[in-house]
Amino acid sequence: MQVPKNLWYTEEHEWVKVEGEIATIGITEYAQGELGDVVFVELPQVGAKVQQMQAFGTIEAVKAVSDLFAPVSGEVAEVNALLSDQPEVVNQDPYGQGWMIRIKMSVPQEVKKLLSAEDYEKKVG
Amino acid sequence: MEIKKTALYETHAKLGAKLVEFAGYYMPIQYRGIIDEHKRVRSTVGLFDVSHMGEFFISGPRALDFIQQMTINNAAKLEINQAQYSAMCYPDGGIIDDLIVYRLADRYMLIVNAGNLQKDWNWLVEHQMPGADLVNRSDELSLLALQGPRAAETLQPLTAVDLATIDTYHLADGKVAGIDALIARTGYTGEPGFEICVENQHAREIWDGLMKAGKAFAIEPIGLGARDTLRLEMKYCLYGNDIDETTQPLEAGLGWITKLKKGEFIGRDVLLAVSQQGLKRRLIGFTMQDRAVPRHGYPILAQGKPIGVVTSGTFSPMLQQGIGMGYVQIGFDTVGTPLEIDIRNRISRATVADTPFYKKS
Repeated sequence: MQVPKNLWYTEEHEWVKVEGEIATIGITEYAQGELGDVVFVELPQVGAKVQQMQAFGTIEAVKAVSDLFAPVSGEVAEVNALLSDQPEVVNQDPYGQGWMIRIKMSVPQEVKKLLSAEDYEKKVG
Repeated sequence: MEIKKTALYETHAKLGAKLVEFAGYYMPIQYRGIIDEHKRVRSTVGLFDVSHMGEFFISGPRALDFIQQMTINNAAKLEINQAQYSAMCYPDGGIIDDLIVYRLADRYMLIVNAGNLQKDWNWLVEHQMPGADLVNRSDELSLLALQGPRAAETLQPLTAVDLATIDTYHLADGKVAGIDALIARTGYTGEPGFEICVENQHAREIWDGLMKAGKAFAIEPIGLGARDTLRLEMKYCLYGNDIDETTQPLEAGLGWITKLKKGEFIGRDVLLAVSQQGLKRRLIGFTMQDRAVPRHGYPILAQGKPIGVVTSGTFSPMLQQGIGMGYVQIGFDTVGTPLEIDIRNRISRATVADTPFYKKS
């Protein structure tokens, strides 16, 4: 199971990459494996406000639907347009091309509430 | 209760299957992925372990009388080595289970849903007639489904039975890879194919033999996830989703197996009355106009008014859109009728569809 060391994680299996005030968000390798083939990803519009651990979108796999939870609060700065045509990249490359949104963080210290790679690995290992 | 394993459990684990509890068994939900597996069955051939299903045998001088009393289709029409889709109903017309009745040379076999196995068995025993003997061999028999346009070419080298002589819904008693087997031309995918019933101790050999024989056609093991999407594209009912004790055969579109003129059977009086009075609702198929996936339990609306409920839904790998089945009030059941599906409080557009959803081009 791939759990990159440079990312933060949520209990709900999202990952976060923090670069300055921008947080890039996706779902983990474990999450995509549990969900199976992803067929639609519903994401917010750029400019939408999100709250830490509130749903910001949904992900539909063949078998099941799941909410996506915002690891941090802030404003949506960018949405991965690739996912509307090729949702399967979430399965193929969850930590890379399968990223979902970028958030301009309003409360950067919220990151401290997230799981480290080590803690997340324990959770799914 | 301990979760059971089929004779092929180890095989699935080695193949990297995701195994989940289903109807009291660890079953493979997927191996490589539902969409890939689905397309494999539609394009060439796939192999399923469906050994969780139940096999009951009925023999004796009154075996046919008993089956006629317990099931809604007309088993008297069956010739030796012929099979028939049927169902059992309660006296109120509610469906106990859907099943397949096989007429063998000297007895009958019923293949029933795993989730209903004990309930079905108890119901049969409760109504057993003198002269009809009942045996439950579910724990001793394995069932493999070989499905897809290349299924016959895969199986033929392993058996002396000329598969071309087995018509749809017929079977042969023969050997596969040297092992005694029942070979039936039945399935739950809409593709040509076979269901092969063998003693547990030989399941592994047959599985391996078929996987090897199918290599030329890129055969793959197929999990229950793709089994569900395949059957949904055909609008085949799944017990527990589309039919259950609160639904009746006629409204479920199973009028074609409901033989009201065959004579007395359990549920007949109510079903006869319903057929005379007309239906209040009907199980339809619908396709999504919006990018959305319908699921069991979602409300169906028409111009904002609730008129039904989704019983099954998925994303169709062949149509590349959301498809579903559900009961709607009569009047909203004709092909082309616009519907709305309430998907977690968001309304998505759908249309009553001609089914099966997937038609071979």
